[in-house]
Order: sequence, then structure tokens, then C-alpha cells
Amino acid sequence: MAETMQFDLVSPERSLASFAASEVQVPGSEGEMTVMPEHAPVITTLRPGIVRARGEKGDEEFIVTQGIAEISAASVAIIAEQAFPRAEVSRADMEKILEEARARAEAASGEERLTAEKFVEELVHFIEMME
Amino acid sequence: MPSLKDLKNRIESVKNTRKITKAMQMVAAAKLRRAQEAAEAGRPYSEGMNKVMRSLAAAAADGEGPKLLAGTGADQTHLLVVMTAERGLCGGFNSSIVKLARQKIEDLQALGKTVKILTVGRKGRDQMKREFEDLMVGHVDLSDVKRVGYENATAIARDLLARFEAGEFDVATIFFSRFQSVISQVPTEAQIIPVAPAEVDGAEEESGKVVYEFEPGEEEILTELLPRAVATQLFSALLENAASEQGARMSAMDNATRNAGEMIDKLTIQYNRSRQAAITTELIEIIAGAEAL
Repeated sequence: MAETMQFDLVSPERSLASFAASEVQVPGSEGEMTVMPEHAPVITTLRPGIVRARGEKGDEEFIVTQGIAEISAASVAIIAEQAFPRAEVSRADMEKILEEARARAEAASGEERLTAEKFVEELVHFIEMME
Repeated sequence: MPSLKDLKNRIESVKNTRKITKAMQMVAAAKLRRAQEAAEAGRPYSEGMNKVMRSLAAAAADGEGPKLLAGTGADQTHLLVVMTAERGLCGGFNSSIVKLARQKIEDLQALGKTVKILTVGRKGRDQMKREFEDLMVGHVDLSDVKRVGYENATAIARDLLARFEAGEFDVATIFFSRFQSVISQVPTEAQIIPVAPAEVDGAEEESGKVVYEFEPGEEEILTELLPRAVATQLFSALLENAASEQGARMSAMDNATRNAGEMIDKLTIQYNRSRQAAITTELIEIIAGAEAL
């Protein structure tokens, strides 16, 4: 059984991480999950949260807001709408993202509004958790 | 025959022009490098997105699928998104995109389809306006944007999706320039709505056959993912366009600099000749004067 799997984290503007990890915590929209090598193939959406990957150099943490995780036996690829290394983000930054999300929810209508509002709720929850 | 002073002025002014074009070339070269880096940095994301889209599209193929993937069922109204630069002086960059779009418009109109145009970038709007002003439904202004970011793409995508939801069009196609090299940019059209996952070559298809589980269901993921796929496509088109624009500008300015150099050489020869002619005439006059004594 393989010891590690390929972990990739990409956002539209850059690739944030790409290394061999022995375990990855993913904030799936259906619940937090820890992925080990040889995991069954899953595609899941993400909610705002922390991605924690255990590589050779210890744990690395990233904050993601929305996105998709594609998990297969030998790799975890996280395709995030927005992603930042944990250390680079302060609470103020997150609140700014929250403000933007709120404004968008106000402007949207119909089904889109529901998703946008849900996203705002998840963000609020996540920011509280950050403390 | 221009006077010596005129020639001198002209040489000076061409030299100034050469300085400007040279500077523009160097600025374009620096910007091109940055644009290329940005395009490269965005590639893993769009590749990852495409991969997920393919697995999803395969899984959802049997069902009806959301409207964004399956289309409205009609093919009557086409929205053409013409993406060009905000600024000129970049060779045939803007015109070749507009030319491709114009061709498409004529083809579609010949088939009796309704055509609507949305322009991104001032230059394209100016050129399209001359012929198709009544078809234009909107314009996205990016002149204040120094460096295109993902949020620019999401803004355009949101606008497009809102129009799609409102039933304003059935098919959306984007026109942009694919960056191949500094001397070659290929005007390209790509359909973005309904979403068409990129084609794969055989080797990749094998590995793509893993059967995934979906969390939550395929439908939910699709509805979340499809708008993002549109934004991603727009974003990579914007990046390609930015790189192409700088590449085109660089080679256009390189040409201009070279032409200015040639012109200076020609003018200098002409200047020297007339100066020599003037000296000769003067000498002849002096000698003739001396002989007359």
C-alpha cells in the first residue's frame, strides 16, 4: 500500500501546493473528511474551511472558501475558487470576503440567492470557528 | 526639394518616434513575460476543472442534465462575446479577432439566426459598432483593470449567466486570440454556453475512466460547477488575450522601430547629399566669381 499520495491545491490564479502527502483533511460540504492514500474515488464540493495536508515537512494549512476536491487512490486535487496559505490570512481578510459574499447574496435572486445565502452562513460559521 | 533645415527637423522627429516605439516594445516585452506567467499559473486550475467536468459529464450523460450543460434545446439566438484589447498599436491583433467574429455573424445571419453581440475591450466595440451597432447588447469595460484577475472573469460570467437565465440567448461563443508565440497569435472561437467539456486525447481518456462517487449528488455538484466552468473558460481566454496582445504589440513595435531606423538612414543620406550639393554650388559660385575678375 502506498505511503503517500499526490496532493495538489490550485486556485484560478496560481498553484499553491503540489507535494506528496500522507494524509489530507478536506472540508467537504457534507462534512469534514480525512483522506488517506488508497481512498475510494470521490468528487465533493467544498465549504469554507481549512485544508490540512501532512507532507514530509510537517503539516501545511490552507484556507479555502469554495471549490471542488477530486480524490482518487493516488491523488487529491483541490480546485478552489479562492485559496490562501493559512498564515497569510487574518480575520479581517475573511471578513472582507464575507462582506463581498453578502453583497452578492443581496444582489442575487431565485435559486442563486439561496446558494449565495448558504455560502454566507457557512462563512460566518467558519470565521467563528477560526477564533 | 526640402531645405536642409526641413530635413534635419524630419530626421529629429523620426528619431523621437523611434525612441517611443522602442520604449513601447520593451514595455510590451516585460508585460508579455508577466502575462505569460499568469497564463501558465492558471493552467493547472483549468485543467483540473476540465478533468472534473469530464467525469461529471460522463456520469450525468444519461440524464437530462441542467440547462447549462444540455442547452435550451433551441439554436436560434446566438450571443457572440468578442474579446479584444483596450488599446491599439498592437498590429493586427484587434482587427483579426473582429474579422473572425464578423465572418461568424455573416454566416449565422445567412442561416437566419438571431445574433447578439457583447464586447469586452474598447477596441472591439469601436470596430463592431461601425457595422453592427443594432446587434450590440452590452459592453464590459476593462480599461481600469491593470492586470486581469479571476474576479473580472467571474463578473463577465455572472452577466452572461443572468442573460442566459433570462432566455436572452441559446448559444454563447467567445472570440479571443490564442497565444502561440510572439509572432503568432491565432484568433479563436470557442463555445462556452452550453458548456462543452474540452476534448481529450486517447491517453488521457484511459485514466479518466475511474468511476467517482459524488458528494453531494452529481446534479448538485454540476449546478455549482457549471457557472464556475464558464468563468474559468472566460478567465483563460482573458489571459490568453492579454499575452497575445502584448506579443502582437511587441512585434508591431519592433517593426516600427526598424522602419524608423531605415527612414532615418534614408533621410540622412538625402540630407548629406543636399548639403554636399549646396557646398558644391557655393564653390562654383565663388570660382565663377573669381574667374570673372
